[in-house]
Amino acid sequence: MKVLVAVKRVVDYNVKVRVKADNSGVDLANVKMSMNPFCEIAVEEAVRLKEKGVATEIVVVSVGPTTAQEQLRTALALGADRAILVEAADELNSLAVAKALKAVVDKEQPQLVILGKQAIDSDNNQTGQMLAALTGYAQGTFASKVEVAGDKLNVTREIDGGLQTVALNLPAIVTTDLRLNEPRYASLPNIMKAKKKPLETLTPDALGVSLVSTNKTLKVEAPAARGAGIKVKSVAELVEKLKNEAKVI
Amino acid sequence: MTILVVAEYENGAVAPSTLNTVAAAAKIGGDVHVLVAGQNVGAIGESAAKIAGVAKVLVADNAAYAHALPENVAPLIVELAQGYSHVLAPATTNGKNTLPRVAALLDVDQISEIISVESADTFKRPIYAGNAIATVQSSASVKVITVRTTGFDAVAAEGGTAAVEAVGAAHDAGISAFVSEELAKSDRPELTAAKIVVSGGRGMGNGDNFSHLYSLADKLGAAVGASRAAVDAGFVPNDMQVGQTGKIVAPQLYIAVGISGAIQHLAGMKDSKVIVAINKDEEAPIFQVADYGLVADLFEAVPELEKLV
Repeated sequence: MKVLVAVKRVVDYNVKVRVKADNSGVDLANVKMSMNPFCEIAVEEAVRLKEKGVATEIVVVSVGPTTAQEQLRTALALGADRAILVEAADELNSLAVAKALKAVVDKEQPQLVILGKQAIDSDNNQTGQMLAALTGYAQGTFASKVEVAGDKLNVTREIDGGLQTVALNLPAIVTTDLRLNEPRYASLPNIMKAKKKPLETLTPDALGVSLVSTNKTLKVEAPAARGAGIKVKSVAELVEKLKNEAKVI
Repeated sequence: MTILVVAEYENGAVAPSTLNTVAAAAKIGGDVHVLVAGQNVGAIGESAAKIAGVAKVLVADNAAYAHALPENVAPLIVELAQGYSHVLAPATTNGKNTLPRVAALLDVDQISEIISVESADTFKRPIYAGNAIATVQSSASVKVITVRTTGFDAVAAEGGTAAVEAVGAAHDAGISAFVSEELAKSDRPELTAAKIVVSGGRGMGNGDNFSHLYSLADKLGAAVGASRAAVDAGFVPNDMQVGQTGKIVAPQLYIAVGISGAIQHLAGMKDSKVIVAINKDEEAPIFQVADYGLVADLFEAVPELEKLV
């Protein structure tokens, strides 16, 4: 089966971002950018499906700026066969991304689409579910296990109370949670090979996709800082403080 | 303006997260209706009718809505949404699973995990693991919103007398089916609703050592959580993870044991009223957010703490 994997270029997970002085957003100048960690897990899952002989071709797609080519090349180095960049302005809302991905799904006709459950910049946790709505496909979100069983896909999901397994008709949409797999690192030979793999660039216009959003960010502020605390010297002192000062026990 | 709250429920009654979501709806203003969708949920509908400030409860009782399959529940909410200004759900795994599907079917963007209501169309929400707070305005005709429960004090579960109305609509997309569920069983309070949370990290060393935290938690009437590192290492199951992409908690007291304090973990607990950190590494970033820090070996400090509280 053909598998489509969507990836997003985001600020690296180790970076602690700062809010811009004019409150228009966060400062991303000269900040390390990477593939969203949940998207790495999505790429890894597709590669494992290919290694098992379940997936025949892996197409990786990103909707974002020209620089997202770096993350697409990373996915190619990890084992994706070819890449598509839908080139668009940096700040897109989830629905616009889902619409662009829907257009790519229409074009590519994959049996399975794997996305990260959440991007660590906008923290929205929406795109996979929205793509499922637009395509009319079933969705297995927050997946910790994915198994193809005949014409069905069994997905074990991480839910608040524990784990839930659902059986989905194919084609289907899966979003990854942390325990689905542990992504590999790209080897140097594979990074070199990835440079020669095909990377196609499309535009939302060419796909007939509108990027308008009903959401508008008015301002971005730093969160309220916690006041500095104190170090206690012993467990006895800690208990005394919790009882008499904080009054929480 | 009328707001529809999609109820979360468990063990035959509405879940506490529903009460926080009704509180967010009340802040927006207007009538609040609650939707209970599921199978054999009549009694849950009755319990929802008692929630303070709720004007009407809609009960959609159908086999198709069992286990909250989003492929079936989303079209139901979309059909009902036409009569509402806002659709709200708690940002639980159910709410997060279903509501974006609703938003896309309505052709609107969703606002995820609001922590405050600025006006009927403007809300605040954390981004970048809580390192920035965005103020977002929605121009959607139906505003689709998930609510971070720690941002809103729960309304009373009793005291209301809402009318209960059955919703006949059955939507069965027939493309997904429930197979099985493995739910964690615990006599301790639920993590996101507990007044005290004791959490362990990589420093716990292994799963067996969490017994130290369980006995401390039982003495305090606390819930037990964990950092991602502890879950990834297999010490404890995923439903215990506190953090950016796990559970968000804001108890009166959060005791972090053997947790270094990665920004992703802090995102899930830094709104706790009082934070205690116990760690043998005095440079651990967790001490930067802790009200009370104790540099000590947790295997000595935790049993002593249990004795003294």
